[in-house]
Amino acid sequence: MLNVGKIEEGYVLDHIPAGKAMSIYHHLGLDRAEFPVAIIKNARSEIMGKKDILKAECDPETLNMDVLAFIDSNITVNVIKNGEIIEKKHLELPKEIVNVMRCSNPRCISTAESELPHIFYLADSARQIYRCRYCDVKYEEKDSGRIM
Amino acid sequence: MRHLLTPQDFTTEELNTLFDLADDIGKHPDTYSHAMEGKKLATLFYEPSTRTRLSIETAMLNLGGRTMGFADAQSSSAAKGETVADTIRVISCFADIAAIRHPKEGAAMVAARYSSIPVINAGDGGHQHPTQTLTDMLTIRSLKGRLDNYVIGLCGDLKFGRTVHSLISAMSRYENIRFVFISPPELRVPDYVTDALNDLGIPYEEVTRLEDALDRLDFLYMTRVQKERFFNEEDYVRLKDYYILDRNKLSLAKSDMYILHPLPRVNEIAPEVDDDPRAAYFRQVKYGVYVRMALILTLMDPASLNA
Repeated sequence: MLNVGKIEEGYVLDHIPAGKAMSIYHHLGLDRAEFPVAIIKNARSEIMGKKDILKAECDPETLNMDVLAFIDSNITVNVIKNGEIIEKKHLELPKEIVNVMRCSNPRCISTAESELPHIFYLADSARQIYRCRYCDVKYEEKDSGRIM
Repeated sequence: MRHLLTPQDFTTEELNTLFDLADDIGKHPDTYSHAMEGKKLATLFYEPSTRTRLSIETAMLNLGGRTMGFADAQSSSAAKGETVADTIRVISCFADIAAIRHPKEGAAMVAARYSSIPVINAGDGGHQHPTQTLTDMLTIRSLKGRLDNYVIGLCGDLKFGRTVHSLISAMSRYENIRFVFISPPELRVPDYVTDALNDLGIPYEEVTRLEDALDRLDFLYMTRVQKERFFNEEDYVRLKDYYILDRNKLSLAKSDMYILHPLPRVNEIAPEVDDDPRAAYFRQVKYGVYVRMALILTLMDPASLNA
């Protein structure tokens, strides 16, 4: 088993589906971070078989829970202070997501007028479907390049 | 303040009140001929329209109000790059109510967000066209006396046809409505419409041949394949004549089925059908003025909905 050192303050994202950690890394903007970030891929998991783990040493308040919940609401968020887990947060799908992703519909007003906020609403929580507030077009996995 | 962005902005009870008012306007137009005296309607049409703009303007004129605005984007400040948000902020200082048509989907919602006057969505791209839907609903109610218990067929461009999307979502709120979608595979209804029907448990079927659906419909809603919605001329040419309703096909339909069409028609309904008593599309235009008059009165005095 690979070991990565403990962090003093920050967060550990656990139960990330294997292979998704790099995507989360980019979506959370961690590629631009100055603080230490560790990604463990394909860690053994009793429940999932294989999972990814992501650790970031930073102010835990900076974590965008909405983005994370949107990507996968089953991820566990462990908040670390003084080297200890002080809270385990479970994610809930946000009712509305603002300025996280862009609409893929070329006919949408949000693609024409750049100052408008990019707003998606949770249209179907069971199927985790988000739709553009302006034009109702569904956000799909293939649109992931449109995450801001 | 109330706006009309989608038909869902009004409850079914509020729509009944609105349609009752439209009925009364149709019966006693003189009673309402000064109701909007001293008020101004701005028509912000970023996209060409004949009947919707004229219908809304006629509605305001019939109420004794005045109208102003522009009929295409080139003659507006949009040509200089002004945003919808800025335009409506300015127009709010000039007019008492605004109707906006825009090629971009969601434009009316943006206008409503930044407006200090009521906004009517007169069509936003391929998304919604709620005043046409109110027209269609008033027509259905006037022809048959109710809005529930129908099999409604929608035929033609169901992908980009905003009147289709609006009508489906509006009629979905009434008891025992079933839909038959008749379109080429390329022009099927978008998934957000069928997802909503699935969630509500409303039955619908999708067919490609008009002949396969006609015998069980109470209403047939014909639509034009809209050239302006295609990025590719080749696709438009291939699909534009996919459906033509003529007397021969109409012989398959029930004797009390009505044919509706948001107009303009191109050649999807043969002129020989116009004289058939089931052809209701020109009567729709008259109902369109009544319902837009009722809408203007209602948005200018939203408390009337609860009176």
